[in-house]
Amino acid sequence: MTTFLGMPATAPRGVGHLRGDEPFPRAAHTALADGQLRRNLRHATTTIRAKSGRVIAELPDWQELRSAGSAIKADVLSRLPELLERLEARVTERGGVVHWAADANEANAIVTELVRRTGAERVIKVKSMATQEIALNEALEAAGIQPVETDLAELIVQLGQDRPSHILVPAIHRNRSEIRDIFLRAMPGVDPGLTDDPPALAAAARRYLRETFLSTRVAISGANFGIAETGTLAVVESEGNGRMCLTLPETLITVMGIEKVVPAWTDLEVFLQLLPRASTGERMNPYTTMWTGVTPGDGPQNFHLVLLDNGRSAVLADRVGRQALHCIRCSACLNVCPVYERTGGHAYGSVYPGPIGAVLSPQLTGVEDNASLPFASSLCGACFDACPVKIDIPSILVHLRNQAPHPPAEKAVMRAAAYAMSRPRLYARAQRAAKLARIAGRRGRALPPPLSGWTAARDLPEVPRQTFRDWWAAR
Amino acid sequence: MRIALFVTCLADTLFPEAAKATVRLLERLGHEVVFPVEQTCCGQMHVNTGYQPEALPLVRNYVSTFAGYDVIVAPSGSCVGSIRHQHPAVAAAAGQAGLAARAHDVGARTYELSELLVDVLGVEDVGACFPHRVTYHPTCHSLRMIRVGDKPLRLLRHVRGLELIELPDAEQCCGFGGTFALKNAETSAAMLADKMTAVESTGAPICTAGDASCLMHIGGGLRRAGSPVRTLHLAEILAAT
Ligand code: SF4
Repeated sequence: MTTFLGMPATAPRGVGHLRGDEPFPRAAHTALADGQLRRNLRHATTTIRAKSGRVIAELPDWQELRSAGSAIKADVLSRLPELLERLEARVTERGGVVHWAADANEANAIVTELVRRTGAERVIKVKSMATQEIALNEALEAAGIQPVETDLAELIVQLGQDRPSHILVPAIHRNRSEIRDIFLRAMPGVDPGLTDDPPALAAAARRYLRETFLSTRVAISGANFGIAETGTLAVVESEGNGRMCLTLPETLITVMGIEKVVPAWTDLEVFLQLLPRASTGERMNPYTTMWTGVTPGDGPQNFHLVLLDNGRSAVLADRVGRQALHCIRCSACLNVCPVYERTGGHAYGSVYPGPIGAVLSPQLTGVEDNASLPFASSLCGACFDACPVKIDIPSILVHLRNQAPHPPAEKAVMRAAAYAMSRPRLYARAQRAAKLARIAGRRGRALPPPLSGWTAARDLPEVPRQTFRDWWAAR
Repeated sequence: MRIALFVTCLADTLFPEAAKATVRLLERLGHEVVFPVEQTCCGQMHVNTGYQPEALPLVRNYVSTFAGYDVIVAPSGSCVGSIRHQHPAVAAAAGQAGLAARAHDVGARTYELSELLVDVLGVEDVGACFPHRVTYHPTCHSLRMIRVGDKPLRLLRHVRGLELIELPDAEQCCGFGGTFALKNAETSAAMLADKMTAVESTGAPICTAGDASCLMHIGGGLRRAGSPVRTLHLAEILAAT
């Protein structure tokens, strides 16, 4: 006899950053009106796209690498419990402590308690999507603990009391003069004569962060990969600030999404080729830090790994949608997305913006809580082509659109259309009657909503006197 | 060769010239074109808007209408993409394995116009003459769903008198996306604005593509903006003599 334990839970409401305050079209309206934002985004995404395209073109086996990455991830998802338990066993053997967090609330409580036990009032953080997702910083602050982001862009976002708008470049919506203003306003001990010269901005951040690194005893990170075979965790970053956090403090707490486990050490061969080329357009990642449990006399002497579900098991339960768990957070899909390029990341409401956000956030929360996101795409397919682990994002979007609640009027129209279109004679008659442009007035410029969305910026074609079908019949 | 035409609901109703041109072109090349009157719509709009169950009868109608033909052509990369990739999936999702298998077969025999000409009929020079400057927009589904590659460009390069002007950022979506243009009208319009700028920067008086839907979008935008640039379906250029 088998016992059905019910569907896995989605990410709980009221905690974390997976849900926006308003539907995508409304949020996009604000973003589209911001000319500076659009210029910043266009410049940044075009630059990354070109750089990434160049280094990808150097590899003759890029497509095979993509297939390998996708196959490894599919294998992981097919035996996730087994791999996670192996990871837990190996980490424990090597002196680490593993915690299981069903959702954001549990993860935040575990991490807060671990920090509190150290007596530390401040923690340094490695850039991490998982901790953003669960709003760990807010939870720590509520417990009187100050989290300091050490990734430069994440620091800009934190000091600006802003929200990240890109997976890899969280402050992509900011240009350098805006960054200078934020530093002058919020960075402790900043030189009041700071210019907006990029090296000067980087130096200011470095001075501030160096002091913080040397005087903080607890670090919190995410993980790009967790290797089940050896219990090794890996963090991939470009600045070296992550490595400072991962090596200097006494205590290290890592929050890892359960889908980040990979079976074997050799699997990194594939991902460490895919990730830097797809994300930053580099051939090799600058700082790849790996650690296995605790090494006496070297690095943090207390290591905790928090394994986070927060809706991932629910995603896994969906045959089509589960591919979204392949994601290695490279952000290539954002950089090629024509919608993202124009609306920016905040419009998606979640820490996961762009195409991957449009398929991941609604699945983590349940589609009803992010119902507009699956529609935030023209289905142009650029994301699928760019994805280093071959996630068929357009197909998942279309799949999720089926689960989204439909406006009643739209439903009626679509049903009627399907009815007529599956009856050829009725269809031909309806076709002759459909004089859309007539009700739209002269040159098709004024239709009622939702068709007014079309006529706001485009004319309708003139309806020809004769359909093709009638022409053919008369031929 | 006997070729069945799937006209697509959009070309049938709003852009019959593209469909007539397809017929004229294929007949000029010595082929027999047939038009099965039972055909309606491929159902892509339903599938892409989240009405997959409603699309099932449309899939069934397409499959039964065209099952008896060896070669089927449609003047739309997007509809061919839907027929090839979505039809079997819609049938399978509804638990209809038999229909899914037949949809797969019929889909494999359904070609977009440039595919039919270059891959099946083996012609690149269709004997057309069109003495104008033209820019070509490779629509997203032609490009990334059915991967027509440079077939349309190869056909256009053989057209007498035609001067092909490269479109900057050609592979960027025009912002149409079916009901996306209604549900996210402002984002769609922002994408369209950039596409129109690119088209106008070529100085070509004509923008062509293999999809009437994207051309309706780009053309509607150009007309609203008072631009003199016209849109014309690829078939109409290839049919011109
Ligand atoms: S979905 Fe693919 S392209 Fe997008 S961030 Fe994830 S791995 Fe990168």
